[in-house]
Amino acid sequence: MTNISISPDEITRGQPYPGAPDNWKRFFTFSTDHKVIGIQYIVTAFFFFLVGGAMAMVIRSELLTPEADLVDRTVYNALFTLHGSLMIFFWTFPVLVGLANYLVPLMIGARDMAFPRLNAISFWMIPVAATLMLASFLVPGGPAQSGWWSYPPQSIQNPTGNIINGQVLWILSVAINGVSSIMGGVNFVTTIFRMRAPGMTWFRMPAFCWAVLAAQLIQLYGLPALTGGAIMLLLDITIGTSFFRPENGGNPVVYQHFFWFYSHPAVYVMVLPVFGMFSEVLPVHARKPLFGYRVIAVSSVVITVISGCVWVHHMFASATPPWMRMFFMVTTMLVAVPSGIKVFGWVATIWGGKIRFTTPMLFALGGISNWVFAGITGIFLGSVPIDLHVHNTYFVVGHFHYVLYGTIVMGIYAGIYHWFPKMTGRMYYEGLGKLHFALTYIGVQAIFLPMHPLGLQGMPRRVASYDPEFIYWNVIASLGGFLLGVSVLPFILNIVSSWIRGPKAGNNPWRAYGLEWLTTSPPPVENFEEIPVVVSGPYGYGKNQPLVANQARLGTIEEPATS
Amino acid sequence: MTAERAIAQDIESEVRHAQEHDEAGNSKFGFIVFLLSESVIFISFFVGYAIFKTTPVGEWYPPGVTGIETKEPLFNTLILVSSSFVIYVAERYLHDYLEVKKNGKLWGFRLFMLLTMLMGGYFLYGQMVEWSGLPFTVQSGIFASMFYTLTGFHGLHVLTGIIMQTTMLRRSFVSGNYDNGYFGVEATSLFWHFVDVIWIVLYILIYVWQ
Repeated sequence: MTNISISPDEITRGQPYPGAPDNWKRFFTFSTDHKVIGIQYIVTAFFFFLVGGAMAMVIRSELLTPEADLVDRTVYNALFTLHGSLMIFFWTFPVLVGLANYLVPLMIGARDMAFPRLNAISFWMIPVAATLMLASFLVPGGPAQSGWWSYPPQSIQNPTGNIINGQVLWILSVAINGVSSIMGGVNFVTTIFRMRAPGMTWFRMPAFCWAVLAAQLIQLYGLPALTGGAIMLLLDITIGTSFFRPENGGNPVVYQHFFWFYSHPAVYVMVLPVFGMFSEVLPVHARKPLFGYRVIAVSSVVITVISGCVWVHHMFASATPPWMRMFFMVTTMLVAVPSGIKVFGWVATIWGGKIRFTTPMLFALGGISNWVFAGITGIFLGSVPIDLHVHNTYFVVGHFHYVLYGTIVMGIYAGIYHWFPKMTGRMYYEGLGKLHFALTYIGVQAIFLPMHPLGLQGMPRRVASYDPEFIYWNVIASLGGFLLGVSVLPFILNIVSSWIRGPKAGNNPWRAYGLEWLTTSPPPVENFEEIPVVVSGPYGYGKNQPLVANQARLGTIEEPATS
Repeated sequence: MTAERAIAQDIESEVRHAQEHDEAGNSKFGFIVFLLSESVIFISFFVGYAIFKTTPVGEWYPPGVTGIETKEPLFNTLILVSSSFVIYVAERYLHDYLEVKKNGKLWGFRLFMLLTMLMGGYFLYGQMVEWSGLPFTVQSGIFASMFYTLTGFHGLHVLTGIIMQTTMLRRSFVSGNYDNGYFGVEATSLFWHFVDVIWIVLYILIYVWQ
């Protein structure tokens, strides 16, 4: 790289991010600025959200009729495999890491993440890994077809005989994604432990940062276990080891343990940051402090711990001994306690508040309502007898889509609308946002609610054709699915148009508490004019207390609405 | 703003950022977190090993094999474990050199780092000899799969450690290299201790528990 001297005023702190937001080319360069990387993550993730969503549209079109008449059965298998894999590995993880990347350093008063270059590498592995996964359409035999869980012995069969096949590419792609996530985990944990601004004690740290910390701890203890399983799987396919080949002394159920030891907690990797966002959005838009902040913060860590002891509930039907089923049934249900505490805290937060039904608030409320429903069906699934009845049916699909779309995607929307003015310096269009919410909320109910009766009646998952008696609910679900597909359009229209020429937002359009609102929108290169010195907690609505000691030099924060 | 300017600005920002924060402390903390995470991969292999061994689906050992030779691997183990002390001595020499520069014992660091590398290299050589003398291949059943994967994966870590040591040794010939502390050497040393501890567990699992 050529040596370029930068004049001092070009890097002056406190100056709005140079060239932003109209200099979109900046986001296509290698950058070590956590804000640029955050937006790179978010935009990349949305791209794969659309790709995975298009696959879901094909799946729902196929299921409009009982016959497998739209796509070939192997194509159908590949579609649901890649839909799941893309949505988990290349949409939900990256978009949440992106939001956390953008927000955590701002919220804890740091200039950047602890390891900016590692951060950039972590991001750039994502498009590489996703391209590898999608490239599997081009190899003989097509992409992986054994679901996003890739259970052996199905996944270790290699009918084409090629070493480079869809399943191998899938494993390599997931491995690259895993390395990226572990590096991200190291980065987040180090940042949160060591880079907090003076005065930012643990219990002055926003609930979102607690949630990110808890989620990243899961990445650090869980992901390596999946990596161990994936290495064994890869060796079984490529060099003929026999870890999961029963005919040679191996045991395929061991893979399930490796897989679910990570992949169940992975749900909390995805949902905890969303809980964090709910905890940030609700107090601002209800003008009240977060009720039970400390308990909500600690409950994130409690979920992290319990989530490591529940994985066998995915294997109740895998010849699991009764004592083990009983143990994991109890631990699974225990997760409901910290989760319930959070919901209670959120309800108490908005109780009696001056609620503003802005788009982020609507998405947060919608997401919480879906979470309550998903939590209840989760309790059903956690109990052994019901699980054995609905195992591998659409009941399960309905349950986890309520978690993944109803809660997590809606929570992500809430977060994006809430912090959009901070990221871009511009305000989104409220009308379009509300239209987006209405379509999404109705779409979620229309597609995922019918899956519950379908599952109870016994419709199996992962099938391209089904018994005609299931057609009624399937047609409703498919129509709901198309509505959900359409719901993305107003969002994209809104974000793109308001990013280009939306009304100027100002530094703190929501009149919110929290360090991120103290700086300009979008924030300058190193976030703050000077490092804030924190003197109180982040939810001081109605308390009329200063947030930082050096506020005068940092910028203004409007007084909370209620006093 | 051009991309080059943007990158130059990032670097400028990083330098200042490094001055404000205890970057070496962050690196050490981060590296320990990474090692803890890395150890879970090995733990998952170890747990897998225990499950496969205690709840056998078929034969544990390949046909004609009743156990595995332990003497030479034990010698190898002693070499590897002692190298952990050797690299510690190297690190102390560097520490003393940087604290009291006039004594000028950088040669001590270089000597003991080189010794560590040689011991690591000898370990790998010993493992190669062992592998080539074994009567089974990776495809000979579950024990063979587990054996080659565990020792091979560990061997890769040893190799990584040796590469790190080579880099650190080479760096000691670059002047002014220790102006920002010697975290690289600390990380290499930590990694080497980690590789050793993993080997001890691995040795007990594979060679002792037969």
